Amino acid sequence: MKTENQKAWLFVLPVLLLVAFNALIPIMTVVNYSVQETFGDNLFFWEGLGWFEQILRSDRFHSALGRQFLFTFLILIIEVPLGIIIALSMPKKGIWVPVCLVTMALPMLIPWNVVGAMWNIFTLPDIGLLGYFINNTLGIEYNMTRSPIAAWITIVTMDVWHWTSLVVLLSYAGLVSIPDAYYQAAKIDGASPWKVFRYIQLPKMKTVLTIAILLRFMDSFNIYTEPFVLTGGGPGNSTTLLSIDLVKIALGQFDLGPAAAMSLIYFAITLLVSWLFYTLMTKDDAK
Amino acid sequence: MTIELKAASKVTRGITHIKPTSLVLETGHFNVLLGQTGSGKTSLIKLMAGLDQLASGQIFMDGVDVSKLSTQKRNISLVHQFFVNYPQMSVFDNIASPLRVAGMAKSEISDRVAEAAKILQLEPMLKRRPQELSGGQQQRCALARAIAKESRAVFLDEPLANLDYKLREELREQLPELFAGRGAVVVYATSEPEEALLLGGKTALMDDGVVTQFGPTAEIYRNPANLTAAAVFSDPPINVVEVMSEKGSIWGGGNLTWDADARSASEGQYQFAIRPHYVTPNRQSDADVPVTGRIAVTELSGSETSAHFEVEGRSWVSLAHGVHPYKVGEDHTFYMNPANGLYFRKDAA
Repeated sequence: MKTENQKAWLFVLPVLLLVAFNALIPIMTVVNYSVQETFGDNLFFWEGLGWFEQILRSDRFHSALGRQFLFTFLILIIEVPLGIIIALSMPKKGIWVPVCLVTMALPMLIPWNVVGAMWNIFTLPDIGLLGYFINNTLGIEYNMTRSPIAAWITIVTMDVWHWTSLVVLLSYAGLVSIPDAYYQAAKIDGASPWKVFRYIQLPKMKTVLTIAILLRFMDSFNIYTEPFVLTGGGPGNSTTLLSIDLVKIALGQFDLGPAAAMSLIYFAITLLVSWLFYTLMTKDDAK
Repeated sequence: MTIELKAASKVTRGITHIKPTSLVLETGHFNVLLGQTGSGKTSLIKLMAGLDQLASGQIFMDGVDVSKLSTQKRNISLVHQFFVNYPQMSVFDNIASPLRVAGMAKSEISDRVAEAAKILQLEPMLKRRPQELSGGQQQRCALARAIAKESRAVFLDEPLANLDYKLREELREQLPELFAGRGAVVVYATSEPEEALLLGGKTALMDDGVVTQFGPTAEIYRNPANLTAAAVFSDPPINVVEVMSEKGSIWGGGNLTWDADARSASEGQYQFAIRPHYVTPNRQSDADVPVTGRIAVTELSGSETSAHFEVEGRSWVSLAHGVHPYKVGEDHTFYMNPANGLYFRKDAA
């Protein structure tokens, strides 16, 4: 005989609570703000999709989004090939392997705001090692508090320094997992180094590279701490990336409604691009 | 087509992998490299393929010194124990890849691929990628690449080791036909004596980085040059006992004794070795000699029963057809005909 009762819910409950506190409740709070006008004393007025319309039509959002895509694009086209090249040139065995791996991992271990502060001081024109060298020894005008180009070069370089290691380590893991037999087959066929890369190394690295690019996309698209500490979005608005702009609206102007709407749009874009990329990259394997 | 090694050796970082080896491998039959794991089969193949550098000696192909020639220029094929195919290419492209690198005309490439695919029954899968094939098909794809290339030498390094039993037997039967009449020197490395016997041709026994014996497979099986060679060519392990030849009779300790024959007539110490299937639980002929030992382990595998027992401090194995009720821990008397055994002089072994 089958007993019917509601006990099964007890087993599902912990995970329901976890998901609720972890994801559902925070997101629904943001959704709540995004459709209302908020005043002090907990006064709320229904706004509908007005904030979304306002954000999507605003030039400010468009330019921040443009800067965000430019930043992510720049760091991806530098970090991914650079990471692969470094991984390819790393030793496959011997005592230098752990030395290389630890050296590679170091930048990733530094807290993000420290990275920002470090590069800020590093590039100061009067006392920073790099800033002083470029300005006074090379005689090239370089001041990221004045020149947008200098500011962009600095944040991109900083991110490359901080995160190329991730691509290196993942690519390296993919590379060392390729059995020698493949290289022998290529040698027997007389394949050129480029063909070895194109037909053996790259396909074998595909899975880890997909993960690396995905992680770098998400991280760089949501980047906040380092550029905030480094440039604070300046000079002017030249390095005001989406997240920096978002915090300005939410906490600087205390416009909770538009900020909430913008968060959701931001979230949707990150999710959509990640999903598209992942689906495209894994399409072949699923067949 | 011939491959000739003249005192070829291989040393990496002070460790000798191949001691100076001389060998002449010819076309027309399989050349089996038989040895246990770590005996140097793969190292020797890599030397001949040009994947590793010689420490000393020379390698000739058709009488031409190729010792300094790159792998590509030696025009060889290699099929691994692992299924090595280019993951991003279709089966067709995989088979065609060495031909394309060689700059062959398109029409000839498709002819050759079609022929190889037909022989290896890969025709329905030409458009698929290797990872969409089963293990056996992947290995057939690798074999097809070797065949289409029409190289001067084909090295098969335990190509069937990672296939399941059925497929292994099937492919092993096909292998000799595949390469018959192609003019390539076929070298086949294996650790299984049975494979060497089934493939026929010639066998080079390898042990600890050196070829201990080379000749027609059946000949080597019947007359191994020394105890090591006999041990390599036996599965389960060959039974050994130290015996003394004196005044026309052989004495192996205890009451283990029999008459000496022509091979053991000269007096002295010998190692007597006999293969497990010559040691049977019942008397087969009048020439049989009883061997008694305590049963340690018995195994029943299908239609054969094997029993491990102790003779003069050595572990012996009997392998016999049928089911035999041995009792572990009890003494049992087995029979063997010394004529089936092998004698190796103690000082020579």
